[in-house]
Amino acid sequence: MKLRDVLFPAVAVLAAFLVGALFVAAIGDSPIETYRLLIGSAFSWPDGVGYTLFLATPLIFTGLAVAVAFRAGLLNIGAEGQLYMSAFAAAWCGITFARLPAVLLVPACMACAIGAGAMWAAIPGLLKARFGSHEVINTIMMNFIAVALCGYFTQYHYRTPGDPIMETAAVGANASLPRVGDFIPGVPSRIPLNFAFVLAMVACGLVYVLLWRTKWGYELRATGANPFAAQYGGISTGRQIVIAMAISGGLAGGVGINEVLGYRHRYYDGFSDNYGFTGIAVALLGRNHPVGVFFAAILFAVLSRGGIAVDAFTVHVTRDIVQILQATIILFVAAEAVFRGPFRKLGLLK
Amino acid sequence: MNELFTIELFWSSVRLSTPLLLAALGGLFSERSGVVNIALEGLMLAGAFTAAAVTWAAGNPWIGLAAAALAGMLVALIHAVACIRYKADQVVTGTAINILMLGIPGFLSGALFLSSGSTPQIAREHLIPWTPIVLAFLAVPITQYVLFHTPFGLRLRAVGENPEAADAAGINVATMRYAGVLLSGILSGVGGAYLSIGQASLFTRNMTSGRGFIALAALIFGKWRPVQTMAACLFFGLTEALTIQMQGVVKLPSGDDIPVQFIQIVPYVLTIVVLAGFIGHSRAPRALGVPYRKEN
Amino acid sequence: MIELREISKRFGAVTANDRVSIRVDSGTIHALVGENGAGKSTAMRIAYGFYTADSGEILVDGRPRRIASPADAIALGIGMVHQHFMLVETMTVAENIVLGAEPGSAFAFDSAAASARIRALSDEFRLAVDPDAFVEELSVGQQQRVELLKALYRDARLLILDEPTAVLTPQEVDELFASLRGMRAQGKTIVIITHKLGEVLALSDDVTVMRDGKVVGRMKTRDTSAAALARRMVGREVLLRVEKTPAAPGDVALEVRGLSVSGRHNALAVNDVSFVVRAGEIVGIAGVEGNGQTELIEALAGLVPADRISGVVALRGTNITSLDARTRRELGVAHVPEDRQKRGLLLDFGLDENAILGVHYRPPITAHVGHVLLDGREIERRAADIIARFDVRPPDPHVPARSLSGGNQQKLVIGREFELHPTLLLVSQPTRGVDIGAIEFIHRKLVALRDAGCAVLLISAELEEVMSLADRLLVIHGGRIAGEVNPTKTTAEEIGLLMTRGAA
Repeated sequence: MKLRDVLFPAVAVLAAFLVGALFVAAIGDSPIETYRLLIGSAFSWPDGVGYTLFLATPLIFTGLAVAVAFRAGLLNIGAEGQLYMSAFAAAWCGITFARLPAVLLVPACMACAIGAGAMWAAIPGLLKARFGSHEVINTIMMNFIAVALCGYFTQYHYRTPGDPIMETAAVGANASLPRVGDFIPGVPSRIPLNFAFVLAMVACGLVYVLLWRTKWGYELRATGANPFAAQYGGISTGRQIVIAMAISGGLAGGVGINEVLGYRHRYYDGFSDNYGFTGIAVALLGRNHPVGVFFAAILFAVLSRGGIAVDAFTVHVTRDIVQILQATIILFVAAEAVFRGPFRKLGLLK
Repeated sequence: MNELFTIELFWSSVRLSTPLLLAALGGLFSERSGVVNIALEGLMLAGAFTAAAVTWAAGNPWIGLAAAALAGMLVALIHAVACIRYKADQVVTGTAINILMLGIPGFLSGALFLSSGSTPQIAREHLIPWTPIVLAFLAVPITQYVLFHTPFGLRLRAVGENPEAADAAGINVATMRYAGVLLSGILSGVGGAYLSIGQASLFTRNMTSGRGFIALAALIFGKWRPVQTMAACLFFGLTEALTIQMQGVVKLPSGDDIPVQFIQIVPYVLTIVVLAGFIGHSRAPRALGVPYRKEN
Repeated sequence: MIELREISKRFGAVTANDRVSIRVDSGTIHALVGENGAGKSTAMRIAYGFYTADSGEILVDGRPRRIASPADAIALGIGMVHQHFMLVETMTVAENIVLGAEPGSAFAFDSAAASARIRALSDEFRLAVDPDAFVEELSVGQQQRVELLKALYRDARLLILDEPTAVLTPQEVDELFASLRGMRAQGKTIVIITHKLGEVLALSDDVTVMRDGKVVGRMKTRDTSAAALARRMVGREVLLRVEKTPAAPGDVALEVRGLSVSGRHNALAVNDVSFVVRAGEIVGIAGVEGNGQTELIEALAGLVPADRISGVVALRGTNITSLDARTRRELGVAHVPEDRQKRGLLLDFGLDENAILGVHYRPPITAHVGHVLLDGREIERRAADIIARFDVRPPDPHVPARSLSGGNQQKLVIGREFELHPTLLLVSQPTRGVDIGAIEFIHRKLVALRDAGCAVLLISAELEEVMSLADRLLVIHGGRIAGEVNPTKTTAEEIGLLMTRGAA
């Protein structure tokens, strides 16, 4: 890992905070005060830390999803649709097989979630490999189709009669992951941080091993780095595209696990707070590396949690400052060339 | 079934397709010059918010409309500078713009109107329900003419197909691409303005709800040609009108309502099908999405 | 009319032009000749404003001028027809020609006026085209005429043509030459970049020879001959004669029978080629780039889709024509590609990960259960071994391949392929962009591999190299084998003429 791998993202974040400060100052609030609220509220115990890590869980999964796809040279804009499919699949399993004991039901629901996400992503992967149609548009379209399909099934088949909210019935009681309150004494059970966070960390480790320690990961990365050389080396680039998308979608499926098995225990229309798109920012900031993704996800979760406090406790600033910061971070990371000039002059680059 | 296909449905489709058409034509200029623009959604939001806020403040929708176009152009400028000058990935920048526009309108309305994301209601006499529709459909022949019968259009298309050839002919590739992207901002801004001061009477949080992406789909479905894009937008507007109209009116043989979601997904599925080349030959501008680097 | 003085241009570590001075007199046809990579295109692209020189100046009509972009060049009356046409295929001929100088106003493109003027120019210079046809429908010869008209439409007084006959049929070449002579008669100045000596002698008034980025000669065409030009073009400062014992060829390792490979526009890039390579011998194929070598070697390596190949490729009697690249490698076919950066290396990966490309999926690189995990120690050992035996510098397996010089990159690729202990080695342009010391090293390694019993097929555009290394020498031209010569008895001139024989 080179200096620039840590330096550029850090600079981008700082620059974004500067821009954000300008926005805040322009409407008459104090940037210092705002940022203190924004970041400080994430560190209180148990609520701050608990909620922050809970919010980070889906971002870790979608960040990993986008990062893996990116490593194969693909832009997966469809994590949003993939996670919706995964959540519905997990709910479907939890409702249909509610009678099973937890030791069977929980893995079954997890498998459904991962499988649904993988399948939903594999479709655009196949379209690209076979027809060359670009995954960006296809995945965006699949997002909309996913939400519509899940909505249909919820509305017409899986909603509790009489329930006005667009949500499925509750899953069986056995389809549940333990929460942090079950492990650490003194932590209330309302805090939704659950075992899925541990799974997210495990996923980071698995992605690392997969990409850099297995032959499959080697072939995937080679395809993304130089498809011509990959082909020369006997790698089937078409197959790698489909596999990479499937893995990507499967990782996005972790969001469904967190949501259904760990939090709401049902599928709830609109449950995703733009996790799929934020995942793109997380992957970009984390430079498509599991460790980077982990920390970038935490950063974005801190901001997200802080947004609530900012909303409540400042006069003018709303939680939208979070999105402004997120977008500015992405812009600065994507246009990193904007920093190269000044950095070269400072002698920090060759 | 007869009560379904009425004149009411036709006008409904026209109204619903207007913002799509404006944004899609904007996207056409950008993509024809070679710059992918998935930020149509964010650009529309910029226009919608600005139009509502300025119209309310100035009491004049024409100023609001102009401000919306300007706002769209300025936001598009961010996309343009990042992609053209700094060679950032065009899809990533587009995504950033979309996220940015989820935040800025809320931020500003919180600051200016102390609201949770909406602008204040605008009086009826300050709305312009018809003008944007006229603008949108006029824009189609104008775009067709500009693109295929003026030097500007010729150069724009050349830059999107083969920027090296354009460069060799003495054309400034960057300038042309800036023009394409800024035009997409202006048109999308107007499209968004129609939503807030034409159809509705205020701006609400995330009021575009995906229309920018449908516009992009329509552009692809229309194979980057103005008239076909218009047809695609009308078709997508029709499906949206149908989903509204059909509820409670048309029934399945069993007596239940037809699930609205199946009609909703028609535009998306068709776009995927078209993109895979199943319906005719889909050919994007050849240099689309590739930042132009002179070999120097 | 135009003069380049002391022009120098570097691209990274490569010096493309080294104090190049070229003088072109008005109203003449001037030929600029040299091998691939000699720097001819670079010099002319600087004159056209595509690149800017690092140092030196350009004088037009005797006055120093700044040419920072093609627009500047066009304003000075310079036009260029590029080797790879710069045409927008989906537009019409007329649109392509007038692009950038459209008649009419900003609001209305006057296509009638455009067509009229194009037809007038067409007649004047005998370049027949249909202004309303779409470029993608045109033949290559017609497309070239469009390129010429583009320059003439802008009133170019100097026309630069970069390898104009490379893609033309003999008849089209005749038509082109007639047009060019007509332009000269009208007072235009023409520079033609080419390596086809027959054309140079037939068409030009003056000729400048370039080699390795420098100008090595300028003379009047009537004062020179093809032989003299060939000698100047291909000679090297340092004579590289490899020490080798005579070959002792064994059984046939590679047999190629009636191989044809279709390339762009469905034309045959390789046309009914047949030859054998025996174990323990080096068979060289000499030829100017673009005559089918790339397609030939990629077809042999298994990188060309089966529907574009006809004929038979057999390895030690086994028909491998329909096998994929991975299977061929397992059967003992190694491949050093001509473009190491595009085909042979993963530039952002470390040397260690590059050292296993092609064998990354099987033991001993993979280990443990199911052979999925990569054995890090084995990879490091293998990389270190290759680095040591092939003198790759810097000898650090974790450094990204991008940071290596061309010679070291090539040594890594070669080492990796040699490590397979192949039955057949396909190697293309082994020393392109490689420094002298590495060249000698690579040559010795190739001979050693041959002596160990491997069959080697060597494709190179460097005459000295292929003449000194090959035990048998074939010459390729236009996708066919033009002939076989005896490397010890032939001369550079003889081969050069076989390689560069133009049409008619």
